[in-house]
Amino acid sequence: MSISGLISLAFTAMIIENVILNQFLGICPFLGVSKKRSSAVGMGVAVVAVILLSGIITWSLYRFVLSPLKMEYMQTIVFILVIAALVQMVELILKKTSPALYKALGIYLPLITTNCAVLGVALINIRKDYNFAEMIVFSLFIPLGFLLVITIFSMLREKIDTAPVPKAFKGTPIALITAAILAMIFSRFGGLI
Amino acid sequence: MNQKQNFFKGIIKENPLFVTVLGTCPSLAITTSLENAIGMGIAVFFVLVLSNLIISLLTVNPKMKELVKPVRIPVYIVVIATLVTIVEMVLHAFLVDLYNSLGVFIPLIVVNCIILGRAEAFASDNKPVDSVVDGMGMAIGYTLALMSISFFRELLGRGLITVWGEKSANPIQLNLLPIFEFIGIEPINMFLKPVGAFLTFGFILAVLAAIANKKAAKMASEVKQA
Repeated sequence: MSISGLISLAFTAMIIENVILNQFLGICPFLGVSKKRSSAVGMGVAVVAVILLSGIITWSLYRFVLSPLKMEYMQTIVFILVIAALVQMVELILKKTSPALYKALGIYLPLITTNCAVLGVALINIRKDYNFAEMIVFSLFIPLGFLLVITIFSMLREKIDTAPVPKAFKGTPIALITAAILAMIFSRFGGLI
Repeated sequence: MNQKQNFFKGIIKENPLFVTVLGTCPSLAITTSLENAIGMGIAVFFVLVLSNLIISLLTVNPKMKELVKPVRIPVYIVVIATLVTIVEMVLHAFLVDLYNSLGVFIPLIVVNCIILGRAEAFASDNKPVDSVVDGMGMAIGYTLALMSISFFRELLGRGLITVWGEKSANPIQLNLLPIFEFIGIEPINMFLKPVGAFLTFGFILAVLAAIANKKAAKMASEVKQA
């Protein structure tokens, strides 16, 4: 794929087919950890690191181990184990090498195992049959889109908290409707490419 | 708690989607048609009931429970992932249309919080029969919730609901297009887009919250009078 193709893939992955607003992956952390901006950014950064690493590892495993052995049907089991182990490993390494970062991200790391975006990106990489360069771009820009949207959304939510919302809409309902408006805005970027 | 309460709590009082807001990803993504919602519900039913059964059997013996405890999450995930792989292969073999339209969300049942949540919160501390009943109730509650979201989305977005249209000669169909025409509007395409998913889910949650608020207010006033 040419460079321009990669750039358009990056833009599509990050903005047009945004992981949260268009593909609905990672909604749980999107609603759960977006009440404060600092925690939303922390979660987003942790997700970027884990998705990129897990994307590279699962893609290589599939290409060089599962596929030659004709064991493609094992992908779901293998991928989820790799992700669970990877999250644990990242946690251990962070704890040892940079306690400050570990303190900031620590509580979000275990939650990432059940973030569907991680397994989702690993599976989409395989389903769309991406080559190495496309896989790297896709697994980097998908979580960057996640970081972008969760940051915007957490800022909106901080404002909504103090706004006079009808009683029945308090909490999750108004968050979902805000997300709907965000999705409307992001869907308009589709005309750019 | 008797068996009946155990079953019905998953449908109304502790509905996994509308009360505890778990498993939201597929509920937004695949609810573009009622057919998809039913298919997803059946897949989740199978996985949840069997994973609850297996996990409660694993932990029914106290010695076994002690043994499993430190590594329980990986053990649960392997059990769930195996069941999901079975579902995926069966769907691919027998229901290719459904397999294609659910897409990546079939393997993603592995990370659906409802299943791991029930394993951790219920199946690991309860007897196998109770766990199976709990799993059935939760899965049916989840399916009904998915169906109610997709019902509104398909009806407003397409104007008509078709279930098993391509497969059988006389499909079950609910057609509102004449009414739309009579009023003079077209089906609202937006409801089939991601925007519609968030809006529908948000409004359903708001309506449920309004009902709950009303009930709570009524109970409070009754307490005051007494």
